[in-house]
Amino acid sequence: MDNVEAGVLTTTYDKIFNWARRSAIWPMQFGLACCAIEMMAVLDPRHDMSRFGAEVFRASPRQSDLMIVAGTVTEKMAPIVRRLWDQMPDPKWAIAMGACATCGGPYRTYAVTQGVDRVIPVDVYVPGCPPRPEALLWGLLHLQRKIDRMTVAKQKAS
Amino acid sequence: MSDEETKAPQGDDTGPEPEVDEAAEKAKAEAAAKARAEAAAAAKAAKEAAEAAKPPWQRDPKIPEWQEADDSAVAGALREAHGDAIAWARTLAGDLVVMVARESICDVARTLHDEHGFTMLIDICGAHYPDREDEPEFEVIYQLLNLDTVERVRLRVGTEADTPVPTVVPVWRGANWPEREIWDMYGVSFEGHPDMTRILMWEGFNGFPMRKDFPIEGIDTGSAIYPEYYEETAGPVAGTGTGWKPPEEPEDEEAAPGADDQG
Repeated sequence: MDNVEAGVLTTTYDKIFNWARRSAIWPMQFGLACCAIEMMAVLDPRHDMSRFGAEVFRASPRQSDLMIVAGTVTEKMAPIVRRLWDQMPDPKWAIAMGACATCGGPYRTYAVTQGVDRVIPVDVYVPGCPPRPEALLWGLLHLQRKIDRMTVAKQKAS
Repeated sequence: MSDEETKAPQGDDTGPEPEVDEAAEKAKAEAAAKARAEAAAAAKAAKEAAEAAKPPWQRDPKIPEWQEADDSAVAGALREAHGDAIAWARTLAGDLVVMVARESICDVARTLHDEHGFTMLIDICGAHYPDREDEPEFEVIYQLLNLDTVERVRLRVGTEADTPVPTVVPVWRGANWPEREIWDMYGVSFEGHPDMTRILMWEGFNGFPMRKDFPIEGIDTGSAIYPEYYEETAGPVAGTGTGWKPPEEPEDEEAAPGADDQG
């Protein structure tokens, strides 16, 4: 009875960790092309990404949980994307936003990486050219659902 | 209106009239020709009037024509100063276009800059003509502007892939990066340039992308951009990513059913 009065909650490690992780996904402040404009629009009062706890765009990869690859990844930029990804602490996730980051989009050329998943592991692909802010929110909600299935007993398969 | 006028004399011409003397026939033919000319003129005028009545964006485009630049003062001065280095000088849409010998481009540029006030270099472009036989394969094109008179001059220089062009960086310092871009995209190098390296693609990139024979998907570069990140044969390869290639079509029709039977 004393415990109940003290406000003790019995739950599992997975639930409490996943709840904490999915409720405060801090994206990296990082945009590559026109998709970044839509990514900025996600923060405005109309769409308000902070409803999902993901409004804190960090200017450093070392404080970020989520890399939103918003735009065309050129071959020259790809190693830098990889370096930023390597600098992010675990657990970390990636969203490929838009057609370019997903598969190269309209640019099947010598200068463009045909999908950022050739450089970093991607969790959620958001279609569109560019995707509407709602689409990016859809991607974020999918990512939250994915995080809910994680377990601390095993590393994230990536 | 114009249709009736054009049809009427034709009806007179084709009518069978065997019993007329030559003079009357000749007069009739002349009259018919005159009527036809008048009808054509009227039709042309009507067309022009209709064209002028349209808003500008619906009018037929006026294609500019090449004209010899005999009355151009700049062209005359250039011919006088450089003689044979000026292959030809023509005007197109009011702008002077001068074909210059490769060796003299820097001198011609210096003359235009110092004596004729072309102080602004708008851009330097490259061009690749792989099918030309009697003329050089590549061209370098300089767009110049006189800021006081708002005159424009275009200089063209023919060159080959392995023949460097004299740099114009001493004349316009802004020529530095455009010349590097031409080296990057076309493989035309510039003699005397302070830093003749690639500017858009990475060092070690294989090929020159703006050449007509360069495949748009890119070719195997054989080298990584950042060797500390990627092994010699790994890492991003221009355009191919992980080596994805479009599915190949069956070469002939006989092979296709055979493949189906096996499946």
